[in-house]
Amino acid sequence: MDPYDSQGSTSRRRTSNLKDYFVGATPLQKRLESIRRQSSFFPSPPRRKIPQGTELQEEIDPQKVGFLLHKQWTVYSLTPLYKFSYTNFKEYSRLLSAFIAAEKQKGLAVQVGEDFNIKVIFSNLVGVRGTQRDPEAFLVQILSKSQSSREHREGRVLWTGWFCCVFGESLLETVSEDFTCLPLFLANGAESNTSLIGGWFQKTFDCCFSPLAISAFHLSWMAAMWTACEMDHYMATTEFFWSVPCSPQSLDISYAIHPEDAKALWDSVHKTPGEVTQEEVDLFMDCLYSHFHRHFRIHLSATRLVRVSTSVASAHTDGKIKILCHKYLIGVLAYMTELAIFKTE
Amino acid sequence: MATPRNTRRSQLRSRISQGSDSYQTNLLAWKVKAEPGNSKCVLKDSSAVEDSTHADDQAEDDLRIAVEYFQRGPRKASLNKEKILEKRLKTLENVAWKNGLAPETIDILLNVALSGKFGNAINTRILKCMIPETLISEDSVVKAVSWLCVGKCSGNIKVLFYRWLVAMFDFIDRKKQISLLYGFFFASLQDDALCPYVCHLLYLLTKKENVKPFRVRKLLDLQVKMGMQPHLQALLSLYKFFAPTLISVSLPVRRKIYFNNSKNLWASALIAVKQRNQGAFPEPPKLILGPSKGRSLKRKWSSHSVIPALNSANIECRGKKHLSDFLRSEISLPIEQLQSFPQLLQNIHCLELPSQMISVLNSSLLLHYINCVSDEAILLRLSYWLSQTLQEECIWYNINNYEQEKEFTNFLDIVIRVQCFLQEGFYSCEAFLYKSLPLWDGFSCRSQFLQLLTWIPFISFSEVKPLFFDHLAPLFFTSTIYFKCSVLQSLTELLQNWLLWLSMDDHVQPVTSSPLETTLGGSMDSVFQLIDYVGWLSVIAIRLESNSTLLLHFILDFYEKVCNIYINYDLPILVLFPTAIFHSALLSLDASILNQLCYIIYRYRNNLTAAKKNNLLKKEKSEFSLSSKICQEFNYYLTVMVHCLWMSTPFEKGVYIDPQILENTEVTEYRNSLNLVHHPSLLSYAACFLLQESPEERTVDVSSIRGKKWNRYLDYLFSEGFQGLKLFIKSSIHCSSVS
Repeated sequence: MDPYDSQGSTSRRRTSNLKDYFVGATPLQKRLESIRRQSSFFPSPPRRKIPQGTELQEEIDPQKVGFLLHKQWTVYSLTPLYKFSYTNFKEYSRLLSAFIAAEKQKGLAVQVGEDFNIKVIFSNLVGVRGTQRDPEAFLVQILSKSQSSREHREGRVLWTGWFCCVFGESLLETVSEDFTCLPLFLANGAESNTSLIGGWFQKTFDCCFSPLAISAFHLSWMAAMWTACEMDHYMATTEFFWSVPCSPQSLDISYAIHPEDAKALWDSVHKTPGEVTQEEVDLFMDCLYSHFHRHFRIHLSATRLVRVSTSVASAHTDGKIKILCHKYLIGVLAYMTELAIFKTE
Repeated sequence: MATPRNTRRSQLRSRISQGSDSYQTNLLAWKVKAEPGNSKCVLKDSSAVEDSTHADDQAEDDLRIAVEYFQRGPRKASLNKEKILEKRLKTLENVAWKNGLAPETIDILLNVALSGKFGNAINTRILKCMIPETLISEDSVVKAVSWLCVGKCSGNIKVLFYRWLVAMFDFIDRKKQISLLYGFFFASLQDDALCPYVCHLLYLLTKKENVKPFRVRKLLDLQVKMGMQPHLQALLSLYKFFAPTLISVSLPVRRKIYFNNSKNLWASALIAVKQRNQGAFPEPPKLILGPSKGRSLKRKWSSHSVIPALNSANIECRGKKHLSDFLRSEISLPIEQLQSFPQLLQNIHCLELPSQMISVLNSSLLLHYINCVSDEAILLRLSYWLSQTLQEECIWYNINNYEQEKEFTNFLDIVIRVQCFLQEGFYSCEAFLYKSLPLWDGFSCRSQFLQLLTWIPFISFSEVKPLFFDHLAPLFFTSTIYFKCSVLQSLTELLQNWLLWLSMDDHVQPVTSSPLETTLGGSMDSVFQLIDYVGWLSVIAIRLESNSTLLLHFILDFYEKVCNIYINYDLPILVLFPTAIFHSALLSLDASILNQLCYIIYRYRNNLTAAKKNNLLKKEKSEFSLSSKICQEFNYYLTVMVHCLWMSTPFEKGVYIDPQILENTEVTEYRNSLNLVHHPSLLSYAACFLLQESPEERTVDVSSIRGKKWNRYLDYLFSEGFQGLKLFIKSSIHCSSVS
């Protein structure tokens, strides 16, 4: 028997809390310790790996990936889901579709399991995770069942949302068995549907969503990391958007570069193989700034970076991302997971 | 004031409360005699009227005659048939509306009204009189319901009966058998005219076990047939509450009234009955429909400024179903039904916890539960939600907006209130402080922010310093004096919370081989460092604010806590204030500061003496030894004070100043200048004292206060409220010299 446990169980909670704090045994205490360890308010590591594919990525169903790529997702951070179970997807589908139906026709009661003109599908996103220890991602789709297109059994997709955690486990020290930690939530579809479905998740699994804005600082990191990715062929130009706050309308500056030029610039500032450091990111952006200044006499560093788009992915400061490259799906999600975890911690 | 009626009533009540068995036998005996043909003196035998007094006799007799009359049924050939009937009805109505009817009477008359002996009009009038004196027997209701099946009463009477049943529901003594009739009532929903009232009755009767899939389907069919009717909506939402896996409904937000009209007929009578019952039978808790109590009308799902409403968790949705879940769900109490503290105590083992744990912030009852619960998952759920919400709502992260600031302030106020109630800080709040302090302007939500600071849970000071205090210090030094005072006040409360926490029973037991410092000494070190740190802040602040009296007050308040730790909290901590604070206080121009200083010195003395005594008693065991440095330092303070205030020999012991320098100041009488009479803060008291002593005196010579007059002057000072000074003088100065 652990001596602290036997003491803790007999004394009051507050007492045991203090002991636990000293011993650091429970998830709650681990969580607290990690909070206290973060000596600065922004725990951004000074270096990150350049995104690579993982073996797990091979497992991803190509049809499912089709859903995820080339779509604009609004990203949210999400606290751990309480008592969520991957084996209950059928039940969740029934409940959520009844809930949506009831909400849409305010005041009219509906029977759970009844046939509505919408269909909710919960399904696993096999392989969308960084390590085996990450909980598996899952997808929620809302389909409309239209009578006319009987042959299309699937119907039209009204709304899609997915929950994932990629390389999150190393950052999350506080996993308790009652909770499933999927800190990143991505939604595509009408905002009203997102709020409806998000509300249902909040009530059912006692979790809490909040929109995940991406700061200019993180956008610069994304720009650097995504430029650093090796591509077989480039699908889009590398483009940056800056916003200048001035009246009556704010001024947007767009800066497009040929992706190979961007890569060449990156290679010139890049030193440590396989890694991206804070200095390199700063240097990369400074080069872009000075180039722009030479031509247009505008200090971009005094404006605000609001959007970055590359052949790998694009991201907007409002918390919208679009992933273009299948190969780096996991890499992009890993960074987003990191941001989401920082938000929820 | 025991009038005969009251006595009767109280006897009646005690008879009812004796227990259902005795009551039941009474009623049975009564019923046997009430067989037709044998009814002459039925009511005389009834125990309900046996002790009636003369004053009531007449009314009682009239009522008895009336009841007998109705029980016999209408007579075929009678001259004054109409007249007598009217008279009997009037009697009945008068008694019923004035005092209510006994259960037995209601039993008989319900039978009469529903058996169709009289015409509709008469039956209606009789039914309207069915007002109980205190209670209605369940059996009467069951019998009455059985009449409904016979088909002898008209639709209107049925409607009236259901309305009556709903109105009187709370006064039915038991509901077990009525609950068994659930299926019968449910079937009556078919009748369009009855439907609204039956819905209401079912709403009152429905329990979890009544909610069955076939009933859900039936109700949904009705909804299809009749459209969105409020009474159906109410019943459906109750079904949803009990069985969210069977049915889903979202009630319109605006609607508040789901059942109409049913109580209007008896409204005044009901109040009277309730007054007669006067809390002897507390009203059964009623379910409140979701939206009607919802505070927030807006659907803001992604910004959680409003704490969600309490809703029971839907166990079926939460993961795998265990056997224990099924067992628990049978007996568990939904939190919506939780209304009182005793109820909480009775059901504490089987509470159905809210689906969103954070909703407990608004429920004082459930906070009691949280306070004693040891389930880590509950605390984690609270913690996750709070962390995210604090960060999300924090106004200095986002663009400022007045409305939002108000919401955030209110939210913080709630959190602070809860922390005070639990006497414990949330970890999420602590983390929020660490994360947000570097970005804080020192102005937004200042009072809330500083109150959160007071609840930082006990932690090693060396850990919290870089996270918190290093960021607070620059704000402290650069802000106004009011900010400084507020910070000092919060730090005083923080110290107090830590001390209370450490002094509570056994948790500072030395634990060996633990990864972190856990020894008594370790915890004490943390407190030492906090006190030191506040001392450092105070010394600099005193200089920045040029010895401001206001600031000194807050600093001395802090040391008033510090000086008492040894005695008040039984912790081996003795820390003196910095010399700079002592001198500022001693030379202050404010008399109350001087008084406070005297009090602190007096308390230090007591604490030191106690510590010294303990040290001698258990020298070998004690983990803390009173350092001679503290004693020396204290003695220095004491000597300086006695020399200045009492002996008029400043600067000789303790503070030594070269006499040459003193001469250069050209103050001739410097020796007296800091004693109790000449001290700058007390000079006005000395003058007042002299004026009071000899009002006719033209000139005031304060130097004349010595000898006996000095003693009178002291008494005068004490009477002016210098309690600290009094305690100080009584303890530190032996007045042999004066006598």
